[in-house]
Amino acid sequence: MKKLNRREFIKGSATSTIGVATIASGISLTTFAAQPKETNPVTNEKRWGMLIDTNQLTEENIDDMVDACQQEQGWGGEEHSTGHQQAGWIKKLKVRDTTTGRISNLALMCQHCEEPPCVDVCPTNASMKREDGIVLVDKHLCIGCRYCMMACPYDARSFVHEDLTNQKEHMPRGKGTVESCTMCVHKVDKGEQPACVASVDSDAVIFGDLYDSSSKINQTLKKIQSTQIRADLNLNTAVRYSGV
Amino acid sequence: MSIIRYEQIQGKSLGFYALVAGLGAFILAALGGVYFMEHNGHWVTGMNNRIVWGLPHVFALFLIVAASGALNIASIASVFGKKIYKPLSRLSGLVALALLAGGLMILVLDLGRPDRLIVAMTEYNFKSVFAWNIILYNGFFVIVAVYLWMMFERRLNKFSAKVGLIAFIWRLALTTGTGSIFGLLVARHTYDAMIMAPKFVVMSFSFGLAFFILVLMSSYQWSNRPLGDVIVNRLRNLLGVFVAATMYFVMVFHIGNIYLAENNTVAMLLFDIDSIYTKLFWYGQIILGGLIPMALIYHPMFKGNRSAIGLASLLVLVGGIIQMYVLIVGGQAYPMELFPGKEVLEGYGTIVIYTPTLPELMLGLGGVAVAIIAITYLVKFLPFLPESLADEVADPHHQK
Repeated sequence: MKKLNRREFIKGSATSTIGVATIASGISLTTFAAQPKETNPVTNEKRWGMLIDTNQLTEENIDDMVDACQQEQGWGGEEHSTGHQQAGWIKKLKVRDTTTGRISNLALMCQHCEEPPCVDVCPTNASMKREDGIVLVDKHLCIGCRYCMMACPYDARSFVHEDLTNQKEHMPRGKGTVESCTMCVHKVDKGEQPACVASVDSDAVIFGDLYDSSSKINQTLKKIQSTQIRADLNLNTAVRYSGV
Repeated sequence: MSIIRYEQIQGKSLGFYALVAGLGAFILAALGGVYFMEHNGHWVTGMNNRIVWGLPHVFALFLIVAASGALNIASIASVFGKKIYKPLSRLSGLVALALLAGGLMILVLDLGRPDRLIVAMTEYNFKSVFAWNIILYNGFFVIVAVYLWMMFERRLNKFSAKVGLIAFIWRLALTTGTGSIFGLLVARHTYDAMIMAPKFVVMSFSFGLAFFILVLMSSYQWSNRPLGDVIVNRLRNLLGVFVAATMYFVMVFHIGNIYLAENNTVAMLLFDIDSIYTKLFWYGQIILGGLIPMALIYHPMFKGNRSAIGLASLLVLVGGIIQMYVLIVGGQAYPMELFPGKEVLEGYGTIVIYTPTLPELMLGLGGVAVAIIAITYLVKFLPFLPESLADEVADPHHQK
């Protein structure tokens, strides 16, 4: 065997190192690509929904839900906006039956309609519904025309009236665009519960896949009487209420 | 009928420059207001999450509705063959385009993100009434521009009737589309009724004609050209009919609301004596913008009185803006019926107070100024106005 001098040894080993590195990186790239994604793709086989039982839900629960939403999504700290200008992704409502006088307290947010009027009216497709039923605003397409706010039957949307600072990384918000409850899509996609649901430690608020017959929400909705707000509009909301 | 000769106005008088300067000041103020509102965000306006469309939309939709109405004069001549209106056709097309430009300027500058106008032009949701309207507005510009070209170019005059018919159909579609922005809002009892579409069409007849009459009378007055009674009286009678028709549609719309218990909140708009919107409706829209103009038009005392016609037209416009205010702002101020049979004690449900701010007003007035300045300049550079509209020129059957 030929004896290598130092120069030849360095040359040879450098070449083979580069070669191995190139091939290895190629292999590892294809390997990563072949690996399944961490999250499952969004499909219409699921439909995320929420059931709010106003008989169980206390006023404190609702306050906690509002707080949790603000903490998670970073709204509510607007400096200049006053009164109805302030963001309100979820709000506490007290409702009295005009005949019987019975009072119910409930949390009202985007109802994530199957036929969302906001999506119908949006001229630029910024308002959109994901395959799994979550209704969102694409902040890059929103031109701030506010037609969706006119069309929403639930007064669920807010317009950002001012410049914002210290935003949450997962929830960029922008002056001049419209926003609303995202059903904490960033958490749901990781298999977690929306912040408002997690803040209530009873079964007063149940979150889950409406289509999955083994899910708690599906089973509960089969058993008990529930209702949709403005059911007359036939929007088939994903947020349902019982006890109202 | 003698041959109509069109001629540019001189536009060299002090009055002309004063008018342009005055309008320019309004436009500058509007742009300043826009900068202020867009720089700070909408918190500096009176608008909020309940009154999402405020004074700028009132002016914008008023001008857009008036724009399609202003084209009527040309349509009556070319579609319905009324020769007496023919000399007015060019001006009619011009006023229509100018009003639409003013209205759209306001609409765009009041967006949360006017810098994203390109998105509105490239991303279409064909289910959105707004997107239909974007197409209808752009189409209107093109069609009316072609229509004007056919009227200006002698060789192409023969096509003007056909293009005029297309323009007429398009303008009906446009106002129907604008009315449908509200008429198809199923969630809101204050709007949800397709009578909004024909109501907007009739409103456009009235507002557009009133604006046209004012432009016609003032331009002939200021350029010392003869304008005979034949044309003025025709336009006056037409305005009377349109004002009455508008009031009829308003009445029918409200009868529906009073009769149907589910729409009782809408009827509150008429009878809630403490509400600003009720006052604006009765005193502004009905009396100032309807009954007084009707009296000025039809009462024998004002027969042949040009000032009365001018005042009537002005009041129709002021009343029209008030009508838009009651419709747009008043319609949002009342809460939606979320829980029929229940009363919302907390969290939602109050009547919202909206206090317009100066920048919003300036933006609205700036749109009107843009429309007027466009007309002022174009009649100087292109022959829109007949040299004379004296009775013997305008009326083929005029007896001296």
